[in-house]
Amino acid sequence: MRRRWLVAGGAALVLLVLAAAGGRFTVSTATTAPSLEQLIKAKGLTPDQVRAAVQTYVPPGKYDDYLMFSSGGQSGQVLVFGLPSMRLLRVIGVFSPESWQGYGFSKETAEILREQAELRDALSWGDTHHPAISETNAEYDGQFLFINDKANARMAVIDLRDFSTKQIVRNPNAASNHGAVVSPNTEYVLEATQYAAPFPFRYVPLTQENYNQHYRGLATFWKFDRARGRIDPAQSFQIELPPYWQDLADFGKFESDGWVYMNSFNTERAIGGTLAKQPPVEIGASARDMDYLHIIHYKKAAQLIAQGRGTVVNGMKVLSLKDAVANGVLYFAPEPKSPHGNDIAPRGDYIVVGGKLDPNVTIYSHRKIQQAIKDKAFSGTDPYGVPILAFDRVVEAQVKIGLGPLHTQFDDKGNAYTSLFLDSAVAKWTLGAPYKKGGEAWKLVDKLPVHYNIGHLAAVTGDTAKPGGRYLVALNKWSVDRYSNVGPLFPQNLQLIDISGEKMVLLSDTPVGLAEPHLAQIIPLDRVKSWAVYPEVGTNPLTMKVDPNTTGAGKERIVRKGTTVEVWMTAMRSHFTPDRIQVRRGDTVILHITNIERAKDAIHGFAIDRYNINLSLEPGKFETVKFVADKPGVFPFYCTEFCSALHLEMAGYLEVAP
Amino acid sequence: MTLAVVRSELAQARRPTGLHLRSWVAAALLGLSLILPYWRITLYAPQYPGGLRASVYLTRVTGESSEISILNHYIGMKPLEVAAPLERRLAVPIVLGGVLAVGASPFLGRLGPLLQAPAVVFPLGVVGDLAYWLWTFGHSLDPAAPIRVDPFMPAIVGRGTVMQFSTYAMFSWGFLCAAATALLALYNLVRWRRR
Repeated sequence: MRRRWLVAGGAALVLLVLAAAGGRFTVSTATTAPSLEQLIKAKGLTPDQVRAAVQTYVPPGKYDDYLMFSSGGQSGQVLVFGLPSMRLLRVIGVFSPESWQGYGFSKETAEILREQAELRDALSWGDTHHPAISETNAEYDGQFLFINDKANARMAVIDLRDFSTKQIVRNPNAASNHGAVVSPNTEYVLEATQYAAPFPFRYVPLTQENYNQHYRGLATFWKFDRARGRIDPAQSFQIELPPYWQDLADFGKFESDGWVYMNSFNTERAIGGTLAKQPPVEIGASARDMDYLHIIHYKKAAQLIAQGRGTVVNGMKVLSLKDAVANGVLYFAPEPKSPHGNDIAPRGDYIVVGGKLDPNVTIYSHRKIQQAIKDKAFSGTDPYGVPILAFDRVVEAQVKIGLGPLHTQFDDKGNAYTSLFLDSAVAKWTLGAPYKKGGEAWKLVDKLPVHYNIGHLAAVTGDTAKPGGRYLVALNKWSVDRYSNVGPLFPQNLQLIDISGEKMVLLSDTPVGLAEPHLAQIIPLDRVKSWAVYPEVGTNPLTMKVDPNTTGAGKERIVRKGTTVEVWMTAMRSHFTPDRIQVRRGDTVILHITNIERAKDAIHGFAIDRYNINLSLEPGKFETVKFVADKPGVFPFYCTEFCSALHLEMAGYLEVAP
Repeated sequence: MTLAVVRSELAQARRPTGLHLRSWVAAALLGLSLILPYWRITLYAPQYPGGLRASVYLTRVTGESSEISILNHYIGMKPLEVAAPLERRLAVPIVLGGVLAVGASPFLGRLGPLLQAPAVVFPLGVVGDLAYWLWTFGHSLDPAAPIRVDPFMPAIVGRGTVMQFSTYAMFSWGFLCAAATALLALYNLVRWRRR
């Protein structure tokens, strides 16, 4: 008995010592911290809020399940969030210089930014709108991301191996664009013109007569060369469209493969003129009850182009409106006025159009459309001779869901989710057969208020052949009372919604201080195979191959040829080699810099004072800087990315002798 | 040695004795050790949660040795790659010579097995050489290095500590092969002497 007590006492003593020692090395979860119940009570949390907080919490060191690529709106960038935590993980510079990534400063990235931007020397912003992840068999493959610049009719290609922009192409014949969508195997990236403009883009005085005659819309099919990771403008083509304001589009898949559906507004062809007592565009463009859903047989258009039927305009092959109509490439179907979203169901059978000013979503059937085309069931033609299919022959259903329906995404259980701009809500409704049958079909089943003025929404792989369900993000334009005041430019509000159950559940609000997240796409994390370091030392981020000008340790050098001084430099913790560069005023200086590190996160920046030079050199990356040393002086250069204990010492001097 | 002798030896090899078999196994193990690491070191620090590893072969250093060298430069230690240049160049001829000697020694008459003696001391030589280089690296720190530490001798086996780094070092498969060769050769020598 006594021995037992001794053993127990000894064990207790050992535990006590261990606990005391443990307390020294680990973060204490001491008893002084408030209990969970006290915390919940003090903050006045409801059980639902606690559940949501736990559901979206991703503990330190654990990864999110999904990545969300969101447009960065007028910032001209792409934002990458982790879900369900909704943490901002990365900002990708696309149309605007991005200092942290040194994007727009190196020779390689400056060339991307300037590419095709001939209107000015360098456009320094873009209005990124619609991110599109590359697809294989109508599912996200996580290899590339495309995004359009609405302001300047440009399209960008981002490689998801290093999350960096590789190419920007500018539409030579259009003023603005809307949307970026990819064909089921990413052969094409499609953009529609947003605002009709003189075709090809030039000056034509804005009169109604000129507008009707010379202004046009365009559907641009950018050919994507996956092996090169670049859009090939020479293999791309355009289809001339009437001067309506074409908007969002979606590629058909499976049974509707080869077709594109695109909506339009302002089929009234209003051109404004408020000072001359003309109705404003807003009124003029909303006069008619119906606009036209564009139905485009793009595979046939591609064949016609291949047969040489197009004309080359500013380097782009264009299929004329006349040829498009004559060859059955273009049809219209009436759609409720001022529509916005145009989304094709997972099996490619239905096209969902959000009416915006109509409380219904209108669902068209691809099969019915094909039958109506075959039967020539037209209700007339538009002023340009485009046949208009009879509304009642092509519509499958209309579902009354609320005010201001815009965009639709899908889940894995046969449901659709539509944003309601005017209601500030998300509507959940059921698709018809084969998704749902009988009384369950075409029915509003749930509605969730969001804060506020929702535009787009994005569900996990929600516009692919295999929607993932689980989460949906509402991208709200207004946040009004949701956050503390940070001046009159309010953050926007992204809201995470759980869609795995019968009822939608709001999980979290995320303020975004980078406007304007317009549309997002959500992909499972494991489908994106990105690099942690560049696979080979000296990788040129443009070619993604080892650059011939890369330098290794011990091979650094400075070579002068006439008035050009070329420097082959290495960067590693914590020094640049060479660290002194002497030139004369007026010399052209070319720096080839290689980060020879192999360790994850061992990033070096390279900045030269007063010369507007700033690079980000991730491990293994090679970049080139080229500039004319036109300012005499002694200019420190230094590593901008905190790299080691001797980071501040990672510096050198550029001497420019007068 | 005439051709007839070779022939008779080969005939005998068809019915190998224990000495033959042990010698061949010993020779094979020694040869195998050339392609296996002799020594491994792992460094742990807060910012390297997965650790940094380097493997030392007779002819080369692999693993994250360049990262380790980058870190070592802060205390003025030479890069791992400059260690033992002569040894690395001689390793292949020495080991192949050893393989030949150990493998052929049973054929070389009564004093033949004596040729296995160098294989017995070979691993000891490796340990001695490794110790020499570790000591040299730890004691020839650049006095101009940004971070000054007292000269030190990294642990050959087991745990050591340098600043915020914990190091774990141990012998690896190549060394174990060479050690097994040494034991077999030693056994052969003992048996041979007794005879």
